[in-house]
Amino acid sequence: MSRKQKKYLFILVIGVVMACIIGVMIGPVFIHPLVILKIWGHKISCGLFFQPDWNSIAETIVLDIRTPRVILAMLVGMGLSISGAAMQGLFRNPMAEPYVLGMSAGAACGAALAMVLGIGTVFGGLTIPAMAFLGATATIFVVYNIARTEGRIPTETLLLSGIAVGFFLYAAVSFLKLIASEHTLRDIVLWLMGSFASGSWQDVKIVALPILCGIIVLYFFSRELNVIAFGEEQALHLGVEVERCKRIILVAASLVTAVSVAVSGIIGFVGLVIPHITRLIVGPNYYILLPASALGGGIFLVLADILARTVTQPMEIPIGIITAAIGAPYFVYLLRRRKKSVSWW
Amino acid sequence: MIRLENIKASYSEFSVLEGINFHVSEGEFLGIIGPNGAGKTTLLKVMTGVKRALNGKIMLDDKDISSLSRKEIAKIMAVVPQSIFIPPLFTVEDVVLMGRYAHQENRFGVTKQDLAVCEEAMRKTACLSFRHRQINELSGGERQAVIIARALAQQPKILMLDEPTANLDIKHQMRVLGLVKTLVREHGITTVMVIHDLNLAARFCDRLILLHNHRILCDGISQQVLTPKNLLEAYEVEVNVEYSEILQTLQVMVKGIMNYE
Repeated sequence: MSRKQKKYLFILVIGVVMACIIGVMIGPVFIHPLVILKIWGHKISCGLFFQPDWNSIAETIVLDIRTPRVILAMLVGMGLSISGAAMQGLFRNPMAEPYVLGMSAGAACGAALAMVLGIGTVFGGLTIPAMAFLGATATIFVVYNIARTEGRIPTETLLLSGIAVGFFLYAAVSFLKLIASEHTLRDIVLWLMGSFASGSWQDVKIVALPILCGIIVLYFFSRELNVIAFGEEQALHLGVEVERCKRIILVAASLVTAVSVAVSGIIGFVGLVIPHITRLIVGPNYYILLPASALGGGIFLVLADILARTVTQPMEIPIGIITAAIGAPYFVYLLRRRKKSVSWW
Repeated sequence: MIRLENIKASYSEFSVLEGINFHVSEGEFLGIIGPNGAGKTTLLKVMTGVKRALNGKIMLDDKDISSLSRKEIAKIMAVVPQSIFIPPLFTVEDVVLMGRYAHQENRFGVTKQDLAVCEEAMRKTACLSFRHRQINELSGGERQAVIIARALAQQPKILMLDEPTANLDIKHQMRVLGLVKTLVREHGITTVMVIHDLNLAARFCDRLILLHNHRILCDGISQQVLTPKNLLEAYEVEVNVEYSEILQTLQVMVKGIMNYE
């Protein structure tokens, strides 16, 4: 890793810390950054440092409400961005993103079904995430098996079967919307646009491990992704076991996506555009591209979530609206500024 | 170095190769020629283990190719493919370094040896002067040199080239083939090249194999292979073959397409 690349990562890590502090700081009640740091320090050190000189309401807001929400947004942003970057590399296609294999449609189908059947609260708050996760994993399983021929998974077939299955499932979601009651319909629509409003420590505990594991696995395959960028046949000649790598990368990216979508609903745009923006800035090498995308995606979602909960206070807007409304113009700006770099595939 | 025994291959029901037998010895420069659809590219695919043969055996360096992993194959054999897809933004150095993939045990980081081998590969192919440039900005000839450098970074015993001169101007055709010839002569790399241009084939290769109708029509030195009779049968063209004193090699001149009427 060159010095320039280390510098990028260093700036991004600082950015992550800053985003977390700002994310906890801003809300209906403003909390001073120093107080936040003291509360965190007190909690992390199990009460050894920083004796409480703040009021207990601030502590509740910081520890129980905003910190888990910020961490959740960070994890989901990281997960969606890194799996988007990996998918784009695997498919050598700029349109690829985490949802490209129909997982968002599968998750939507599962979640909408739970809502329409009215079982959303049967197993506590976890039914909808669980159904969404099941929907997403079942979808990728079906898509994968449709595409598989003679032990290989041709990427073009995979992409097309993902799109086909996705369309089918969105038809199912539309049907569910049609038969849903007005109140349920609103819930479904909100879910489809994503939100961290219900983010809790429980969510963080469930998603942290799979997302972090997925990220680590993908990072381990950055060298293979670099080589596969030249096409699968060239990768074979250079010594890559292409089919095996494809399978591992797909499973890791899908797991991360399924978990993310399960807890946050469908947050579009992050997984598509953050990797592109990152590539324009740090270059195409997956060593740097994958971690930089992850950190950038995390920062982006934390900041977007701040807007989602503050712009129309006290009402929240779905974060999917924010990510697209802010990210798209910025991406267009970058495209116009660095035209030659756009056609990287 | 490479031995093919009774190779047969097909795409679904269409047979593309039948009864292919030959042996390439160490340090030999073999050219594979033949009309479009004769099976040249398929033969190269079978020889590189990308396509499986229906029957027959391929031995690389005395090992059966079907028993080797891709990494083991990549350490023995490097391939310069015909149409090279180059994702932009990668620098020349990045690309050449990818040739080290099969040798790298560590998943992260690059060893001093990797860098030294790449440096040497870029020196041999004259890529050092533009090593920091992005590969999509290079000309076709420079790009071909980079891909050959990447192949050399694999430290192969065998080099396979699929029409390395396609899309190159005459200067770069000479330069690329001259480079390959040097690699064969000075470094003893066994080389197999698919090539359309018969004159270049005659001039640079030690031995030629003429494929026709999925079989080997003729196998030998250029004087044996490039005869009007063979070329008439394979390409259905009438040719004049002369020995050029200046080039000290055979030159093929096409007179016309054979008339069936």
